[in-house]
Amino acid sequence: MVRTVSGQPGRIPGPEDPASPADRTGHRSPGLRDVPGVRQRAAAFIRRRRLTPYALLLPSTIAIGLLVFWPTIQIAEFSLQNYGLPQVTGVAPTQWVGGANFSAILSDPEFWLSLRISLIFAAVVVPLTLLTGTLVGLLLNRLGPKMAAFVSSAAMLAWATPAVSASVIFIWLTDPDGGVVDWVLARMPSWLGGGAHWAGFSWTNAPLPAYTLLTVLVVWQGFPFVAVSVLAGLKTIPAELHESARVDGGGAWRIFWRVTYPLLKPIFLVLLLLSIIWDFGVFTQAYLVTGELGNRDEYNLGIYVYDRAFTMPPSYGIGSALALILTVILLIITIGYVRASVRQGAIQ
Amino acid sequence: MRLRSRAARRAGLNVLGVLVALVTLFPILWMASTAFKPAREIYSLTPHLLPAHPTLGNFRSVLDGKVIGLPYWNFLKNSLFVTLASVIASMLISLLAAIAVARFRFRLRTSYLIMLLIVQMLPQQAMVIALFLDFRSIGLLDNLAGLILVYTAFSIPVTIWMLRSFVAAVPREMEEAAAIDGAGPMRIFWRIMLPLVAPGLVATSVFAFIFAWNEFIFALTFLGTDTAKYTLPIYVTYFYGRGTVDWGSIMASSVLFTLPVLVFFLIVQRRMTNGLMAGAVKG
Repeated sequence: MVRTVSGQPGRIPGPEDPASPADRTGHRSPGLRDVPGVRQRAAAFIRRRRLTPYALLLPSTIAIGLLVFWPTIQIAEFSLQNYGLPQVTGVAPTQWVGGANFSAILSDPEFWLSLRISLIFAAVVVPLTLLTGTLVGLLLNRLGPKMAAFVSSAAMLAWATPAVSASVIFIWLTDPDGGVVDWVLARMPSWLGGGAHWAGFSWTNAPLPAYTLLTVLVVWQGFPFVAVSVLAGLKTIPAELHESARVDGGGAWRIFWRVTYPLLKPIFLVLLLLSIIWDFGVFTQAYLVTGELGNRDEYNLGIYVYDRAFTMPPSYGIGSALALILTVILLIITIGYVRASVRQGAIQ
Repeated sequence: MRLRSRAARRAGLNVLGVLVALVTLFPILWMASTAFKPAREIYSLTPHLLPAHPTLGNFRSVLDGKVIGLPYWNFLKNSLFVTLASVIASMLISLLAAIAVARFRFRLRTSYLIMLLIVQMLPQQAMVIALFLDFRSIGLLDNLAGLILVYTAFSIPVTIWMLRSFVAAVPREMEEAAAIDGAGPMRIFWRIMLPLVAPGLVATSVFAFIFAWNEFIFALTFLGTDTAKYTLPIYVTYFYGRGTVDWGSIMASSVLFTLPVLVFFLIVQRRMTNGLMAGAVKG
């Protein structure tokens, strides 16, 4: 594969190559006939060294450019067009409609509802994921090596479980007929919130229960990554720091906020921003738990985008405008993420 | 006294650790347990942790294709084909790019790395609209090749980022020594870079594997009409979507879909998490 570098048409020294004539005119003296060849080769080598990284980046740039950047540009374009069923089947041409898609979206109560659901969901799930993950990370740090390996393996299995399987499992766990969650809740004492009214309770038919279920599901899949990241950060903190803090009489709570947290702050910042991006745009789990586009009042922004674009009759224009709004929101958070990563020295 | 309290604390922490592990594993164990239960135990009024009369009936109906009309193997084949092709493609492409950003200093290097970070965060439910229309016009819908293209392109921003740290860890002196001994770039690549980066390639390819194997939204959108082309995630939800919900079959199909990932993941777990850290959090 590296061969492509020297095989590139631009690199074969030819008459149009600016380096060759200079070499030829500069060293014409007989007896040194092979010197120009050497110099030429050296020059070619330097040029090759200079162009090699670009040649190496060519395949990835083409793939990302064609399949990620180009669609993004197209979405911006479609968002200003009346792109629907007649246009995609070729019955009618696409027309530019200016900001009509956007004004339709902004006056659509369903858009604001889905945006609200996405915002509230992220506001609940992100802190819960970070809290659970941090607590498990702190626990892992204090366990013996074998126990820590066992617990972190178990946790990472939850992380590696495919979103589709995880969703189907949690829907089954909370199923009104035969689901184990309702069964347990119905048998729990009332002071713990249990009671017979839980028997046959449907978790997916109303927004609040559905998003409670989604919260548990997404935290379950999300906390292991936080835990392992926090653990990796904790390992970089010298043990003496904690010991001296303990000798100074600090409790666990104080030590965490005075020693651990400030040192891990950059990691927490990156984890916070990543979690916001992931949880705000969560699709697969939300799509399956809310019944595969079955309950409009349970749409989050991601599902709403998908529904407007693809549900018959499809409206790719409106869908693209919504997709653009979702992309811009996520890009704003991404800028923070990139800045945090750069400050941490990730771009070295 | 002091020793005893330390032992007690250690035991307490261990109990807590086991508790965390059990709570975390419970949904996965429940999936497996349900898959082996006969229907009358699944819908029993008192659920049991383990099947009283374990049966392979659910697996048999999944493997024979009772619900969808096609056997499990058909979908396993689709998923394996798409996943392996995109893993190989993304490893080739991202190794080249990783060498470029880890071994060379050039003008656009920082911009390229930042571009990779941003690209990872673009929402797929946005991209899928434009890609659906593009693929529709060039006949890549209901076509596994379309999925391979998308999975390759969407995994390389992360795999480049992960591989970068593995390439950077290869001592530069080894390459220089080989170059002094007269080895060309190709030879250096095959004899030095590739063997030393191989563990990193394995860890990174697990990421690409999990991404492609689990991917849902593109498969859902692109493989709309042709049931025979479904990949495993769409296949599992197909069971779920049909009127009468047969949880035994759903859990059995879900086990057959999830197990390869979990086994694969456990094998390379340590390297994998290290690589992920290198990707997301430079620790």
